[in-house]
Amino acid sequence: MVGLMIGAVILAVLPLVLILGSLILRGASSLSWAFFTRMPVPAGETGGGVLHAIVGTLIIVGVAAAIGVPLGMGAGLYAAEYPGTKLSWTTRFVSDVMNGTPSIVVGVFAYTVVVAPQQHYSAFAGSLALAVLMVPMIMRSTEELIKLVPNSLREAALALGYARWRTSLSIVLRTALPGIVTGSLLAIARVAGETAPLLLTALGNQYFSVNLNAPMETLPHIVYKYATGPYEEWHQFAWAAALVLILVVLVLSLAARIVTRQRFGASRG
Amino acid sequence: MADAAPRLETAALTAMYGKFSAVKSVSLRFESNQVHALIGPSGCGKSTFLRTLNRLHEMSVGGWVRGRVLLDGQDIYGPDVSVIQLRRRVGMVFQKPTPFPTKSIYDNVAAGLMLEGKRPKAELDDVVERSLRRAALWDEVKDRLHDSAVALSGGQQQRLCLARTIAPEPEVILLDEPTASLDPQGTQRIEELVFELKRDFTIVIVTHNMQQAARVSDTTAFFYLGTMVEHGPTRQIFTTPQNEQTEAYITGRFG
Repeated sequence: MVGLMIGAVILAVLPLVLILGSLILRGASSLSWAFFTRMPVPAGETGGGVLHAIVGTLIIVGVAAAIGVPLGMGAGLYAAEYPGTKLSWTTRFVSDVMNGTPSIVVGVFAYTVVVAPQQHYSAFAGSLALAVLMVPMIMRSTEELIKLVPNSLREAALALGYARWRTSLSIVLRTALPGIVTGSLLAIARVAGETAPLLLTALGNQYFSVNLNAPMETLPHIVYKYATGPYEEWHQFAWAAALVLILVVLVLSLAARIVTRQRFGASRG
Repeated sequence: MADAAPRLETAALTAMYGKFSAVKSVSLRFESNQVHALIGPSGCGKSTFLRTLNRLHEMSVGGWVRGRVLLDGQDIYGPDVSVIQLRRRVGMVFQKPTPFPTKSIYDNVAAGLMLEGKRPKAELDDVVERSLRRAALWDEVKDRLHDSAVALSGGQQQRLCLARTIAPEPEVILLDEPTASLDPQGTQRIEELVFELKRDFTIVIVTHNMQQAARVSDTTAFFYLGTMVEHGPTRQIFTTPQNEQTEAYITGRFG
């Protein structure tokens, strides 16, 4: 039995190791300082980088987090603190359905709501799509973590004269916050690699742009574009960009772990 | 003394969980500056009764109340009563220590005061020190006021909660089995404090421990199956109880 389990573990981990291994093997050689700091050069020339895509991913994911994290946290807090209400039941149901929605559908949604009326692709539409993907994940993890806060703590705050909302925000949410930050970072890491919704929204841009109201390049998109292109240098770049994307996700996940570990450290404010 | 107005009084107070009445029509008077013990076997309604006195009972699922609770003559279930104001006048310490884990020792004690708006730091410092001294914790924590409160031992945490409760100067302090999770030494310290604090506060203490009730309280009320069976001066309840059930309980024949 134990042998079977070990076998299953190996089978589960093997693809991960293979993916990481081949990414490093093929991508690492193209990584250079220029890769992070320069723009692409015309096909046929060597050198250049993907600065626009790195900056674009950071902007789009950052804006998505700015929208999605407060929304998800607020909804999760409500669902956990007022569990009996119709609204909290509805919130939970909707977020469960949304959690299973394919990301391309969310992309179509953002396309319909932002891109079509404006008649042009935009980074903001991409952020909106990623935020929509993020909210149910953050909501569920927030809700679970809020539920772990012992009720005795709530009662202690109430008995001291805290209003209900203040108890929720400054005692309950504050106590669960390290875990919620972890959950949010994992959700951000998860959507940072999304490609499908970005194809319909941020589109991609071969020039450097920080304009939220215009198309913007992103790392997942550049992987897609370069991997399907005809040139050998492009393929090299796709491998390297994929590696960078994985590294971004890895850093976010590691940050999440570190936050969790510091959970019970003394803190003020 | 008999004609002094009681600080706190209940009249035909019934506390329900949905359709189940956990406390049935209890009328009790709690005089000022005395310690009042509520005793009885598990599930007899003494804790639920205590939680009606600061309206915490209604926060429980299905919790509601019939009857009246008068604090200085005013019904705390009246329509124009602010629950928040009420809870600043009626403080509570729980069975398990409940320090706020994200706050420092200092901020725990100051938590109740901060609710009333910003205060000069010197004044806060003053109240925090005084409250910690009254809870007999000052000497143990004065050098680490800004450390996390969860680093303290269980007994220290409970005294911290006591300090947090007395800092806003409530009139009444409710203690819900405050020593149930403490060792004998911690228990003794809390009991000594209860004795000290009754000079300034009216104290209602729920306890499982009959010796504790006998040691610290001036009056004792015995609860059984949701009704208040008997109450009176503690000495009388423990030496010449009028009711058979009370006698059976305090002599250890059940409960």
